[in-house]
Amino acid sequence: MAKVPMKRIFICGLKRDRKQILEKLQMEGMVQIENSGQPDEYLKTMDVMPQKLLFDKNSNVAEQALGILTRYAPEKKSLLDSFEDAKELGRSEYDAKVASAEDYLAMAEKIISLEKEIRDKEDQLPKLESRIDGLKPWVSMDLPLNYKGTDMTEAFIGSLPYETEASKLRSVIEELAAKRADENETGKSETGKNGENLETAAASGDTGAEGGMSIPAVVDVISSSPEMSCVFILSLKKDSELMRGILKELGFSIPKSTSAKHVPREEIKKLLHKKEKLTSEIAGLRTQIADFAANREELKFASDYYAMRAEKYSVLYGIPQSESAFFIEGYVPAAYGEALCDKLRSSFDVEVELSEPGAEEDVPVLLRNGAFSEPVETVVESYSLPGKQEIDPSRITSIFYYIFFGMMLSDAGYGILLTLGTAYVMLRVKNMKPGMKKMMELFFYGGISTIIWGLAFGSFFGNAVNVIAATFFGRPDITLSPLWFEPMSEPMRFLVFAFACGIVHILTGLGIKLYQCIKQGDYVSAFCDSVLWFMFVGGGIVYLLSMPMVTDMLGLGFSIGHPASDIAAWIAIVGCIGVVLTGGRESKNWFKRLLKGAYAAYGITGYLSDILSYSRLLALGLATGVIAQVFNQMGSMLGATWYGVLIFIIIFLIGHILNIGINVLGAYVHTNRLQFVEFFGKFYDGGGRSFEPFTEKTKYFKVKEDK
Amino acid sequence: MENMGLLFALCGAALSAALAGIGSAVGVGIAGRAASGVVTEDPNQFSKVLVLQLLPGTQGIYGLLIAFITLTQIGIMGGDSNVTLQEGLLYLVSCLPMAFGGLFSAIAQGKCSVSAIGLVAKRPDQFGKAMIFPAMVETYAILSLLISILSIFGVSGLGL
Repeated sequence: MAKVPMKRIFICGLKRDRKQILEKLQMEGMVQIENSGQPDEYLKTMDVMPQKLLFDKNSNVAEQALGILTRYAPEKKSLLDSFEDAKELGRSEYDAKVASAEDYLAMAEKIISLEKEIRDKEDQLPKLESRIDGLKPWVSMDLPLNYKGTDMTEAFIGSLPYETEASKLRSVIEELAAKRADENETGKSETGKNGENLETAAASGDTGAEGGMSIPAVVDVISSSPEMSCVFILSLKKDSELMRGILKELGFSIPKSTSAKHVPREEIKKLLHKKEKLTSEIAGLRTQIADFAANREELKFASDYYAMRAEKYSVLYGIPQSESAFFIEGYVPAAYGEALCDKLRSSFDVEVELSEPGAEEDVPVLLRNGAFSEPVETVVESYSLPGKQEIDPSRITSIFYYIFFGMMLSDAGYGILLTLGTAYVMLRVKNMKPGMKKMMELFFYGGISTIIWGLAFGSFFGNAVNVIAATFFGRPDITLSPLWFEPMSEPMRFLVFAFACGIVHILTGLGIKLYQCIKQGDYVSAFCDSVLWFMFVGGGIVYLLSMPMVTDMLGLGFSIGHPASDIAAWIAIVGCIGVVLTGGRESKNWFKRLLKGAYAAYGITGYLSDILSYSRLLALGLATGVIAQVFNQMGSMLGATWYGVLIFIIIFLIGHILNIGINVLGAYVHTNRLQFVEFFGKFYDGGGRSFEPFTEKTKYFKVKEDK
Repeated sequence: MENMGLLFALCGAALSAALAGIGSAVGVGIAGRAASGVVTEDPNQFSKVLVLQLLPGTQGIYGLLIAFITLTQIGIMGGDSNVTLQEGLLYLVSCLPMAFGGLFSAIAQGKCSVSAIGLVAKRPDQFGKAMIFPAMVETYAILSLLISILSIFGVSGLGL
């Protein structure tokens, strides 16, 4: 149970040393800087936001370039690499790289601009393609699309939205021309008679076909498909107005690419050439970007370097300073405090003070436990860090954690795989991310516990030993006999054991509550919220065990004798009355107090459901074994033939991998739940904030001091 | 007609596997849709949302477990299948808690997982808490499972 003790640190230094002192603190990475004072007329904070933003931007540029680089030249990473922590970098190497950080940044900008160029070029491609597609129907025409005609003639080049033939089109045009000529005549004669246009217009419709006047024109259909016909029409200049009108009526439209100066065939060739050129340019740019892959490390460095400087400036932003001095306040782990003070005093003209944080202060929390309990810190952290007055529950939690995890997974084979797998990863990856390492250790210890429980329950890949012996060697008598008992044949026994574990777990939680209250000197709470409940719950359980109904149901071989059961009952009753009387002690009004107390006593149902909740130990434990058996049985269906063996191996592998995955997940989630809800619910509120020292927050590199 | 007992018992096994399976399929399905949305925005959250998506999947496994225990007890998986009508009906009833508890709790858990996935999308550091909410729903599936298991073993112990 170890929360690392913290001290307040106060540093007062000369302004000229400001940069070096800050860098020193960042390098040490042991101080969480928190300035409490507000700026006044003597102490001012510096506005360094613009610089910070600039560094943030630079860091982002490098990140963006890295992202682009990964797209064009993916980094080769093995599965194991993804567990790796940031690389270590010697201080001298770091200093050498700092000098060329600007160059790295320029490189990143170059990559970004290259990528932009690629995108611009890629945007042009679809346009080119649609132009080529638009020209394709015209490919057999020997005139450019922008051909306007000769001195005497006018050309109409365009498309009609339906299928047609040259002869058909010609006759339609002539028909319409005749009709229009007619209309014109009647129209002219009637311009004087206003108001009767409607009538005559209707009449002209009947007489339209009579004209028979033809319009001289060359009509050619270049290509025709059900959606579109490309037509070329050449008419005399004098008829051009008439022709335009007729064509408009037919749905004639001029193609978009009329600007083309060349014959369509030539035009397509040119466009294709252009497209090829663009594609090869894009490919060229891509390889240019990919060539930067060799500089990936430098880009990573730039990203880290600027992020680090931005971090420094954000700290600088909050530091009050007078004309020639500056002040830093913060927290430092007590064990490092003196060493840090000495280091600072020896290098700078500086005043450093350490002091005990006040009782009311919200001191940041850093957990430290031995190797066995350390992995469970992640579980505690994911609930909440211990608050001001609370102890770190990691150690006590870890014991229950491993036990419950093992009971839920409860298969020796799976335990061995889990232990060996995590051990392998931990040995291969030396420099692992701290969070990942704790996770691996958690499963490593969980795996060991699983092996033990698996042997106790006689489960090794389910009933694999028996199935293999019976199917392939004709020896159904060989089984892996459980060291304790077999859950499948005695589920009640397992259930009772699970409840027993639950009772121990819950009472331990109450015990920690008691310890915590006593430690805080709150003896009233210790008695009312813990001792009375101990009596109530403990007495109740013992009394229940004296009832034959309960012991028969649970299949227990014993029951509590007469005097003991009476004593237990009285203890429970005293506890109950105590809870009713004290449960609402913060209320002044006696009536209200009793009501609240009664409600508090009703909380005993909560204890009942908490204990029932431990039946998940049985449920998940059985689930692993039963599903494993299902797969074993499925695999052995074809018997002892060569293909039977093959099928068995395949089903065995797939089935058990699946089962491990599902059940490790289940065991992890439900062990967490038992800790969070049933256990922490008894004594733990959390609410602490984590210790986040001012440090070189880097993603890719960790700077290490040269020895 | 002498095999009616077997028929009823088999009905129970089938119901628990099928209904709990349907529940899990629906639950995992809706959670999966939410998970895909989160991964499009932030692929780094894949492993976390995958865990949350899988949480409603356990009911299907519990259903399978009950079905399998029933099948073993009534001798379908080998051995002699001598089930009286009474026994068969009792087995059928024993399977019902898991069948219906599994069906509805898995769907509810799936919806809860969707919200938890939303939580992780906004605050990836709160994964531990996000995982607990759907796990609370699962308690009731576990209680159903418990009663089904105890009933099935109880029935076979009656020796009817």
